[in-house]
Amino acid sequence: MERKININRYKCACCGACIAVCNFNANEIINTFLEIKDKNCTLCFSCIKACPFRAIELEE
Amino acid sequence: MTDYDIIIVGAGPAGSTVARSAAENGLNVLLLEKRQEIGVPVRCAEGVGKEKFNEIFKDIDKKWISAEVDGAKVYSPDKKTEIVLSGDKAGNEAGYVLNRKIFDKDLVKLATLAGSDLMVKTTATGLKKNKDQGTIELTMQNSDEIFTAETKILIGADGIESKIGNWAGMNTTLNLNELESCVQYQMTNIDFDERFCHFYLSYETIPGGYLWIFPKGKNVANIGLGVLSSLSKKSPKEYLDNFVNNNFPDGKIIEINAGGVPVGYPLKSAVNDNVMLVGDAARHVDPITGGGILNAMIGGLFATNIAIESINKKDYSVKTLKKYDELWKNDFGKTLHRNKKVQEKLLTTDDKTLNSIFHSMENYNITEANTKKLLYEIIKRNPKLLWDLKGLFI
Ligand SMILES: Cc1cc2nc3c(=O)[nH]c(=O)nc-3n(C[C@H](O)[C@H](O)[C@H](O)COP(=O)(O)OP(=O)(O)OC[C@H]3O[C@@H](n4cnc5c(N)ncnc54)[C@H](O)[C@@H]3O)c2cc1C
Ligand code: SF4
Ligand code: SF4
Repeated sequence: MERKININRYKCACCGACIAVCNFNANEIINTFLEIKDKNCTLCFSCIKACPFRAIELEE
Repeated sequence: MTDYDIIIVGAGPAGSTVARSAAENGLNVLLLEKRQEIGVPVRCAEGVGKEKFNEIFKDIDKKWISAEVDGAKVYSPDKKTEIVLSGDKAGNEAGYVLNRKIFDKDLVKLATLAGSDLMVKTTATGLKKNKDQGTIELTMQNSDEIFTAETKILIGADGIESKIGNWAGMNTTLNLNELESCVQYQMTNIDFDERFCHFYLSYETIPGGYLWIFPKGKNVANIGLGVLSSLSKKSPKEYLDNFVNNNFPDGKIIEINAGGVPVGYPLKSAVNDNVMLVGDAARHVDPITGGGILNAMIGGLFATNIAIESINKKDYSVKTLKKYDELWKNDFGKTLHRNKKVQEKLLTTDDKTLNSIFHSMENYNITEANTKKLLYEIIKRNPKLLWDLKGLFI
């Protein structure tokens, strides 16, 4: 299966920290939902380290 | 005919300040907010300096303020020394802890009462330069409806998650060493000195940031921390849980907040043709305190003045808008720059050194204190350690 990042919805607080560090326009908060645009995501993992709740997980 | 003189993306303190003052000056204004409820969820500890806040608002509504404090106490990593900054004289450390759910919404109400248009649950999704007209076409979405509007000036007030800067050709993406990753609990049933805001420093347990306790009323406080994303080994939540379990085992969490705070050097420029960035979108946040509310509003007023000038001149080019850069750089920009230098130094200071710096500050308790004076005094008392910072304070 292809690697991609997933949001653990039980953890995510919709805070926007991950968006500020994404250089690839691969994430966006739409109202109360964080969306990842897989086709833009380079798996650089910046967002994983920026997330206060460690809500972003790598799916292998 | 263009649809608007100014479109503002984001209805936080920055955006609603621009919308209100531009509308008061007779401009045709649209304020856009993607959330369905202004100000919610809160991403803030809500502290502001009293003096500046009073300067900005002639009539402060009591409902905006949850608590008033006399000053701040800053604790050394070993908690053996505390530095007290009290502001009952002329200092700027006395402050308000706001209720941003009410404050942010009221600012938006004031903007609409001044004549600004408002759309909530409406997201800006892209922009295009309209070369012939020298304007900008902004695309927005609300529900299934996708529509555009043409504007002379576009204000990016879209906060930490800003896209406007990047869309307009200014790179505002933060590196991991430029982002404080924050978690905060609003807690009840806790016992602490409610006359002060409290700040805890420690490289080991709060790497690259600090922990705060800001009173929100009787036995209620915002307790949170920010850690530098590039330095933190554990998640910010773990660091906070640790502190809370040790210090407030009986406290009850009534709200959970999170957020990111930009703590890099200020942008070289916050403008491009037709576009100005304000507030967190312009990364106008103090790299030591993480405070951005006041700068968002002060910068908002600067941006409005320049927008009015450029609309009168019918010239929306980067050359005209650059005057906004001059205004913010000569105002809070200087502090941002200086405090970034100090913050970089702090990032290389271990707990042992921090303890000794605090120790050198024992018996320091002047009522007229402010952060600048405090930093100056610290450097004076630790000349060897902090010699390279001396130039910043003369
Ligand atoms: C945990 C934490 C604690 C803090 N504590 C303090 C403090 O004690 N004191 C202080 O002064 N500052 C503090 N800050 C910083 C402060 O919260 C910000 O500086 C302030 O909110 C900036 O205001 P703003 O208007 O620029 O942005 P925001 O208040 O973030 O508003 C931006 C708005 O833009 C909207 N938006 C974004 N993208 C779009 C789009 N595409 N379309 C439409 N709308 C959009 C967002 O939904 C949001 O409502 C703290 C921050 C954090 C995270
Ligand atoms: S992994 Fe990198 S590219 Fe993908 S969303 Fe996170 S920050 Fe953006
Ligand atoms: S940083 Fe974490 S908590 Fe914040 S929006 Fe991104 S995934 Fe959610």
